[in-house]
Order: sequence, then structure tokens, then C-alpha cells
Amino acid sequence: MSAFVGKYADELIKTAKYIATPGKGILAADESTGTIGKRFASINVENIESNRQALRELLFTSPGTFPCLSGVILFEETLYQKTSDGKPFVDLLMESGVIPGIKVDKGVVDLAGTNGETTTQGLDSLGTRCQEYYKAGARFAKWRAVLKIGATEPSELSIQDNAKGLARYAIICQENGLVPIVEPEILTDGSHDIKQCAAVTETVLAAVYKALNEHHVLLEGTLLKPNMVTPGSDSPKVTPEVIADYTVTALRRTVPPAVPGIVFLSGGQSEEEATLNLNAMNKLDVLKPWTLTFSFGRALQQSTLKAWAGKTENVAKAQATFLTRCKANSDATLGKYTGGASGDSAASESLYVKGYKY
Amino acid sequence: MSAFTSKFADELIANAAYIGTPGKGILAADESTGTIGKRLASINVENVETNRRNLRELLFTAPGALPCLSGVILFEETLYQKSSDGKLFVDILKEGGVLPGIKVDKGTVELAGTNGETTTQGLDGLGDRCKKYYEAGARFAKWRAVLKIGENEPSELSIHENAYGLARYAVICQENGLVPIVEPEILVDGSHDIQKCAAVTERVLAACYKALSDHHVLLEGTLLKPNMVTPGSDSPKVSPEVIAEHTVRALQRTVPAAVPAIVFLSGGQSEEEATKNLNAMNQLKTKKPWSLSFSFGRALQQSTLKTWAGKEENVKAAQEALYVRCKANSEATLGTYKGDAKLGDGAAESLHVKDYKY
Repeated sequence: MSAFVGKYADELIKTAKYIATPGKGILAADESTGTIGKRFASINVENIESNRQALRELLFTSPGTFPCLSGVILFEETLYQKTSDGKPFVDLLMESGVIPGIKVDKGVVDLAGTNGETTTQGLDSLGTRCQEYYKAGARFAKWRAVLKIGATEPSELSIQDNAKGLARYAIICQENGLVPIVEPEILTDGSHDIKQCAAVTETVLAAVYKALNEHHVLLEGTLLKPNMVTPGSDSPKVTPEVIADYTVTALRRTVPPAVPGIVFLSGGQSEEEATLNLNAMNKLDVLKPWTLTFSFGRALQQSTLKAWAGKTENVAKAQATFLTRCKANSDATLGKYTGGASGDSAASESLYVKGYKY
Repeated sequence: MSAFTSKFADELIANAAYIGTPGKGILAADESTGTIGKRLASINVENVETNRRNLRELLFTAPGALPCLSGVILFEETLYQKSSDGKLFVDILKEGGVLPGIKVDKGTVELAGTNGETTTQGLDGLGDRCKKYYEAGARFAKWRAVLKIGENEPSELSIHENAYGLARYAVICQENGLVPIVEPEILVDGSHDIQKCAAVTERVLAACYKALSDHHVLLEGTLLKPNMVTPGSDSPKVSPEVIAEHTVRALQRTVPAAVPAIVFLSGGQSEEEATKNLNAMNQLKTKKPWSLSFSFGRALQQSTLKTWAGKEENVKAAQEALYVRCKANSEATLGTYKGDAKLGDGAAESLHVKDYKY
């Protein structure tokens, strides 16, 4: 056979399709302990388990947000945490129609002989880990590969290695009942223009789908999490319509129609930028055989984090802020967002960090 | 850039889209002198230039046929031939809203060390030849790569060689203003089942699109001419609906939405089989971001040839037979064929020739 059709095939197809429901998207709340520590530091909150639990409880119990979300990506610690009432987070999410997902990669390491390019670790015993995560309630997974644009980057080695890593991860997930989100992130760092980003994105995605085919991955049971196609961080900005045009063209040239949904990462974009760009893509009058939605981390949580600042008395306000971003992005998946969701200055704040490391 | 954008880009995109117009398709009339000789022999007609010209005049002036067609593929000799009135065939076609195309490959040669697998020749001087063909009025080209299914076939070598040959051909065409039809035909010969054909088709098409990406081919200015996904010729037949399901699924898993149209080859299928299968595909309710049409040779001309039998007095009846098949296939591209085409002599006849060589 070409695609591996294991015992989970029907479930994978159903789950992937559900996550791609128009009007819904993914909250990426899978920051590792180290990464969430940096977020906490920025709001003067101590990086201890109860605070990490409190933040996630704030997010997962925000009134009105569930209809906007089809999935939440969790870090391993969070998969086993509970609300202050003692209810496991995964149960709370599932009951509310939000599918729990799990980050399964183990970060990046440098590729020797390259100019700072990386590959992603995490394949060892991945099958066993996936089985445990499935038992704990996870139904999708995420693995982040990272590439960069430079004078001689991304190199053929970097493209091949990251594509193969994603393909091995994807098939192992499917063998064990988890829908793999395939994430080949091309960093925005650099002074390249949008055409260069488009060319690299097309080359990388072509390599990724070739690898997925070689590894017998069932595309109908996967999701793609790509970068949007934009100018480099050191280059002049362009409008959401231009970003939409280049992004959708790149995807039309590389992503087979069998893939049910594309869930964009936000990279270093501000909350508002990310929403406006997603909205522009959904307004584009061109044939798109997959839904276009979000899998945002910083671009959903930034204002919320600032509003919370770690204080219980701020929870309601923070939750209202979170709802605003969820609703805005939900509208954006339908091309209905009219802009200016919150007067909050944080919404327009660039979240770009040079050489961003999770 | 990823896709090569030549001065012909807009024209290539417009022509490829036009060929994919719903309700229209391609008449493959590009039989080489040797091949048409076999056809003429089967109706006891001498293989001389006048007879070859007479046949093509019969086809191109058949009342009602041209509106069902968006393109006709020609052999080089025919590109320069005229009607008995002295009008160039290419002009007759153009005036009838039909784009002239040209076969540019130079046939297959064996790949040493394989079990009878082949690669296709024709790259030498191809750019210059394309220029000449463009000047003569051609606006698209065709190159047939051939693969087979066996215990160890298709081999990785065969897939790679044929995919890269198609990619080089494609970009050279685009540099010179011709829309390349990409044809990776997997022969129907064999006793394999439909699942095997599906798996091989997916693997081959994935390799083709990786190669096209590597060679910077502008997908919006190409067409795909694949085999339908069917059981092997020595295996039990299945219904058109089953063929449609497996075929469209294979295409969903491999053909990017940027490709405007897929124009199926008929292989050894009878005229009626080919039409019914195409019809079933267009009735299927599933994601199809490319139009699904025909590029039939034998499956459009079989009854016509038999009716003509080389005799002047049969021309009118032969032209009616052609019109019947053109209309049937035109309806099939819209999913409205009711199977009621007046079956000409031989319309239900299998056209399979074991180990068919052009």
C-alpha cells in the first residue's frame, strides 16, 4: 500500500477533520518548563508548578472560548495536571469539544558542519511514549522542525534531515492513534524579501510531502503547521493581502488536497498581525482544498499573560482578554474579522525574538 | 524563486486553464508514423502520407467535435499538414477554439539492468524544437514516460529517471512557451489488484511532483496526464465507481491544487469504459481542486477508424461516430453522461494490447 492504514485510520481521519473545522483552531499551550519560565519572567511570576498550573487553568476555563477551539497542544507536565477542583485538564477539554494534543519532540540540536542549522530530536521510544499519551487522553501530537534562511541556508542536508524526521515522527504517531501535526517552521530572521521566503517555503514543503509519501503517512490523518510567507524580520513589512497571496500560492503548489487542514504558526507576529493575516487568507478568492486556521501560542496568549500578571484578582480580566483573541481568530478562519479586536496595546506588540529558541 | 517565471508565464497559465475548461478535453491524435501504421493496417489502409492526412482531416473537420475539445495533440508531420482546401490544420483548430499541441518525446529506451523498464528520450535540442513548434502554432506539448507494475517494478531507478525526465522536459517547454502535459503512464499490464495500482500511482506521482518542484516548474502552467487507477489487465474488472474512488484519492494525495487540470489517458480501455470511468470521477462528491478531463487517443478514435475504413464514402458516418464519443466525453467531464451514446462499432471493444508499444 502507499499509505499505512492501521487500526486507528478512521479515528485519525475523523480527528484531523474535526480539528480543521472552520471557525475553530488550536491553542498552542505546550511551552516547555524552560520556555514558560521566560514568559513568567516577563510578568514577574515565579516559575513553579502551581503557577504553571494556574496559567493553564486560567486558559482552559475561560468562558466562551471553547467554541473557538478544536484543540489545545499541551506539554507533558500539563497532560497530567488537574484544575483546582481536581478535574484532569484533559477531561475538561474533551468534555468541552476541545481535543488535547501533546508536544512530543525533544528540542533541536545543531547539525555539525552547517552554519547553525538544526535537526529535531525525539524519535527514540517515541512509539511507547505515544501509547502512554494516548492512554492519558491525547489524540494529536506536535513536532517542531526548524529551518532558517540565509545566504546558503536552508542547506539540502537541513531540508532532508528535518523532512525525514517529521515523516518518521508522523508515521509513529499514526501507528499509535495520534494525529501528527507536521511543523516545518522556517524562521523569519533575516533581511530576505517575501519572494525568497516563498521560494524556500515551497522547496521545504515539497521535500516534506515527498518524505511523508515515502514513509507511508496517511495524509488524511495529518495536519500541517507551517509559517506564513512573509518578508524577513529585518525587511520592510507588507500588507496582509500580500502575505495571504504568497502564502496560499505556496501551499497550493505543495500541499496535497488530502490534507484536511493547515494550522498556521504565528512566529514572532503580534496578536493582531497574525489574526489579520489569517483573515486575509480566508478572504482570498482562490480555490483552497484545506481549511486555513490557527495554531497560535504567543499570538493567543500575549495580552492575556500581561493582564493576568500572576494575580488571582486579574483572572477574570485576563480570561476576557483571552476570549477576545479567540473570537478574533475564529472570525479570521471564516474571513469575517473586521480588525481592532481589543484596544489593548499588547495586541499590536511584535512578539519577534531574534534567533528564537523554545 | 521556486517556480521559474519566464516571459511566457501568463500565457502558460491561461492556456493550461483553458485546456481544463469543464465540458472540454483533448483528442490525442499524435500517433507516430509507425504507430498510425498499425491502426491503418487494422482497417486495411496503406500507411502513406495522404492517408494519414485524410484521417486527421476527417477528425478535425468533424461537425460538432471541436466545441467538445480544448486541445488536440499532433505528431510533428501533422503540425505542418493542410486540409484538402489548403488550410493549415493548426489554423482550422485555432479557429475552432482548439489549441494545437505537439508530441515532443522520442520514444522509450530500455534501462539496462532492469527487468524491461524504460526511460524516455528527447531532451537533446528540445529547447530549439519547442521554439520551432511554437512558431508553427503549437501551444502545448506532451511527453510520455512509461512505468510498469511487477514483482520488483517499478524500481526506484525507473521512478526517479522518468520523474526527472518529465521535469526537465517540462521546464524546457515552459522556457519556450509550451504548456507541458506531464504523462507518467503506469501500464495496466499485470495481475495486480486495484490497491497495488493505487499504491504505485501515488508513489510515482509523489516522485513526479518532487521532481517538478526541484526543477522550478510553474505548476499553474502544466497539466497532468495520468493513468486511471484500475486493476491489472489480467485481474477481475471493477465498477466505474470503484475506479473513480481509488483514482481521485490517489490524486488528492499527490497532485497540488495549483495544477489546473488532469487529463486522463485511456490506456487499453474501451471507448465506453473510459467515458464511464471519467463520468464516475466527476460525479464523486469529494475534494477535487483540479478539473478532471480526457486526453484520449484510441478511446476517441476506435469506432471512427472502423467506420471510415479508409473510404471517402464513409467519411460522414465516421465523423458522426467521432462526434458521438466527443459529446459523451464532454458530458463525462461534467458528470452528466447517461451512458446512452449511440454505440458505434467497436465502442465497447477493449483496446488493451499487452505490453503496448507506441
